[in-house]
Amino acid sequence: MENVIEMRHITKVFPGIIANDDVTIELRKGEIHALLGENGAGKSTLMSVLFGLYQPEKGEILKNGHVVQINNPNDANNLGIGMVHQHFKLVHNFTVLENIVLGAEDTKHGFLYMKNARKKVEEISQRYNLKVDCDALISDITVGMQQRVEIIKMLYRDNEVLIFDEPTAVLTPQEIEELMQIMRDLAKEGKSILFITHKLNEIKEVADRCTVLRKGKYIGTIDVATTTKEEMSEMMVGRKINLTTEKTESHPTDDILVVKNLSVSKKGHKNPVNNISFSVRKGEIVCIAGIDGNGQTELVQAITGLMPILNGTILLNGKDITHASIRQRNVSGISHIPEDRHKHGLILDYPLSYNLVLQRYFEPQFSQHGFLKFEEIEKYSEKLIEQYDIRSGQGSKTIARSMSGGNQQKAIIAREIDKNPDCLIAVQPTRGLDVGAIEYIHKQIIRERDEGKAVLLVSLELDEVMNLSDRILVIYEGEIVGEFNPKEITVQELGLYMAGSKRGDTNEKAV
Amino acid sequence: MKKLFKSEASLNFASSVTAIIAGLIIGLIVIIIANPSNALNGFLTLIQGGFSNGTRGIGQVLNNATPIILTGLSVGFAFKTGLFNIGTPGQFVVGAFVAIYIGVEWTFLPGAIHWLVAIIFAALAGALWGCVPGIMKAYLNVNEVIASIIMNYIGMYTVNYIVPLTVFNINKNETLPVASSAVIPQFGIEHLIPNVNGGIVIAIILVIVIHIILNKSVLGYELKACGFNRDASKYAGINAKQKIVCSMMIAGALAGIGGALVYLGGTGKCLAVVDTLAPEGFNGIAVALLGLSSPFGILAAGLFIAHLTIGGSLMQIYGFIPQIVDIIIAIIIYFSAFALMVKGILANGFHFKKKPKVKEGQ
Ligand SMILES: Nc1ncnc2c1ncn2[C@@H]1O[C@H](COP(=O)(O)OP(=O)(O)OP(=O)(O)O)[C@@H](O)[C@H]1O
Ligand SMILES: [Mg+2]
Repeated sequence: MENVIEMRHITKVFPGIIANDDVTIELRKGEIHALLGENGAGKSTLMSVLFGLYQPEKGEILKNGHVVQINNPNDANNLGIGMVHQHFKLVHNFTVLENIVLGAEDTKHGFLYMKNARKKVEEISQRYNLKVDCDALISDITVGMQQRVEIIKMLYRDNEVLIFDEPTAVLTPQEIEELMQIMRDLAKEGKSILFITHKLNEIKEVADRCTVLRKGKYIGTIDVATTTKEEMSEMMVGRKINLTTEKTESHPTDDILVVKNLSVSKKGHKNPVNNISFSVRKGEIVCIAGIDGNGQTELVQAITGLMPILNGTILLNGKDITHASIRQRNVSGISHIPEDRHKHGLILDYPLSYNLVLQRYFEPQFSQHGFLKFEEIEKYSEKLIEQYDIRSGQGSKTIARSMSGGNQQKAIIAREIDKNPDCLIAVQPTRGLDVGAIEYIHKQIIRERDEGKAVLLVSLELDEVMNLSDRILVIYEGEIVGEFNPKEITVQELGLYMAGSKRGDTNEKAV
Repeated sequence: MKKLFKSEASLNFASSVTAIIAGLIIGLIVIIIANPSNALNGFLTLIQGGFSNGTRGIGQVLNNATPIILTGLSVGFAFKTGLFNIGTPGQFVVGAFVAIYIGVEWTFLPGAIHWLVAIIFAALAGALWGCVPGIMKAYLNVNEVIASIIMNYIGMYTVNYIVPLTVFNINKNETLPVASSAVIPQFGIEHLIPNVNGGIVIAIILVIVIHIILNKSVLGYELKACGFNRDASKYAGINAKQKIVCSMMIAGALAGIGGALVYLGGTGKCLAVVDTLAPEGFNGIAVALLGLSSPFGILAAGLFIAHLTIGGSLMQIYGFIPQIVDIIIAIIIYFSAFALMVKGILANGFHFKKKPKVKEGQ
């Protein structure tokens, strides 16, 4: 079969790290080619090279057998190469349509002429079943919708080589299903797709072949149909991975976090959190399961103090923290792994070490008489980097922005767990992590539980919910509609509650 | 090329220098157009700046640099914390007035501390002027640029109103000169450069202090965190509102001190009652831009711009009218605004590669 794209012997060096070391990859016409590798293995970098964002130190790129030079994304675009980035690049106060045509606008007498554009977008959206509202503002639509905008953007430019960098990390299971179907349709049409993901199930489901990278090096390309998930993960990490988590029975004791009749209001909408009550006890992992957008974000932000509440009470260790400041909540024992790592979790322009003490810089360990103790901060940061295997070019000094997505996430988790909280609130903690890292983080969360911490987990991934939790609360339209023991419920049944088609009566008894 | 600009500091330096050179070249073109026959002499005088007059010239450069280093620090400090302090002219003028008032009236103070008290109160006045836009930004979400501009006019007109009622020299339409005990001592540097004001010493001390606050202190960590990412700072438990006010107060205090240093400098200069915003205030923006908001960068940029200003005024002996001089300085300042952009270009390196062969046939 003919190769649309060949990247030969690509080497890309960043300060302190060889992100791609002599990597060769071939993309056939009409195939879905997965790219697999640990966090920081160099997947995004390799794709950025293809998209013209980085210039490789060595190597060449061939399009349809001819050597091409790709100096910037415009060149890539002219060659029919499009990319959906790991962290989307949309203009938030522009409409969907404006974002799609941005940089490829039609003009008439020097004015924007949107009529043709709108028609074309509608055509694309029909043909591939990519439903979007052309006139909605990006800031008002869900992440899944934003991603559709990114995909339409590529198709609008008639790209035939489509790069998806971890598209499923931010999607709900339903949206992932839809995306898989869209990708299959696109491939059937003759488009060629490069697909980065950490989820082996997804690779099994849609990909034809899979190339594995490890620490910047090319490990091999395999045929997906004839390779098992275990083999793939072993290729990627270099050791055997236990894909299911083992844990013992939980023995919860006293209440740590108690939420009573909590409501959060939102202008012009019904309350995103409506009269929710529950508690998390010492030594248990309670999971809030639900479809994205049913009030999980608001619930967590209300508990952590990022969002004002309408009414209700929040108790931590028996102490009323309903009106406590964020700082007070942080120091009295709440840790929070936030949903949006770039918005809340990190100061991207600060070095890694500064980010690792983000809620602790003022403690006597890290500062004295109003001055930072740089050596202590550095020492502490080295410890966490080592312990949690946070990979980056320049260790403590690396600017967080230049770290790979998964390693940014690992840094946040390390910081929050190492704070030694009484109550750990983790929202999608393993989003964007490789299987090895997920295994490690899950172990850590269970260890926290066993050490007597209360863990509140919010996850969209049912596998994670079933594997980790001791108790499941299902949230639907801002209310808890059921409480379950994971051993006594099937994924299917859980799904029904999450979709709102079934309602339990157990929620009354909570607290 | 890339290797050369490896470290952040050298990259910053290189970009500022590039901006200056570009500005000077365009400036030269303007000079040639304005007066071709004297262009070369004029240009050389401009570049020679403060060095054409022995230690006197150097003293002049230092004196002229003092206020714009302070206003530059003010703008740069606020900028590092994510705020644009365009209120320096107002903060400068209220600082100047308070310093003069104390310098003239509070002669009961012992000579050793008279000047210091005047500076401290000038700082407080500037801080007050800075804190108003800070509070409006933090608690009412009013853009600090708009609030600062309004405070500039309030500051200027208030001072113009109060001066005639208090420390007024009606013959010259300006304030009275300050008492000799309110003049800042020269700290011994007069032995090297006789005509220098003590203010430059205070300016340099403040450059160091601000550098330490920004880079070593807990406060600096918090302020910069707010500047980079307000949501994440909130998440970290930093009281972002309080920090905004704090940052604007420090910025205002710096500009206020700038005002004090000029009029307590011992040059006999007095604050005139005029309806124009203090140019030292706005020049601070250019200084901060050229210095890329870093304290030591601002120190260098302030000295450089003062140097050019002196050179510019000397150009008049070759028949260049002062307006031409202002244009040239403005061009350089304008280019300094591009220093950041130049930095980006230098950091990414240059791609002198051949254009891609696009859209080959299928
Ligand atoms: N702009 C940059 N500057 C410096 N180093 C970088 C930059 N971009 C990436 N790196 C480094 O290169 C390495 C590879 O990063 P890359 O983003 O390609 O990883 P990845 O395979 O996509 O990982 P993940 O699964 O976590 O997204 C990382 O160690 C990262 O720190
Ligand atoms: Mg990546």
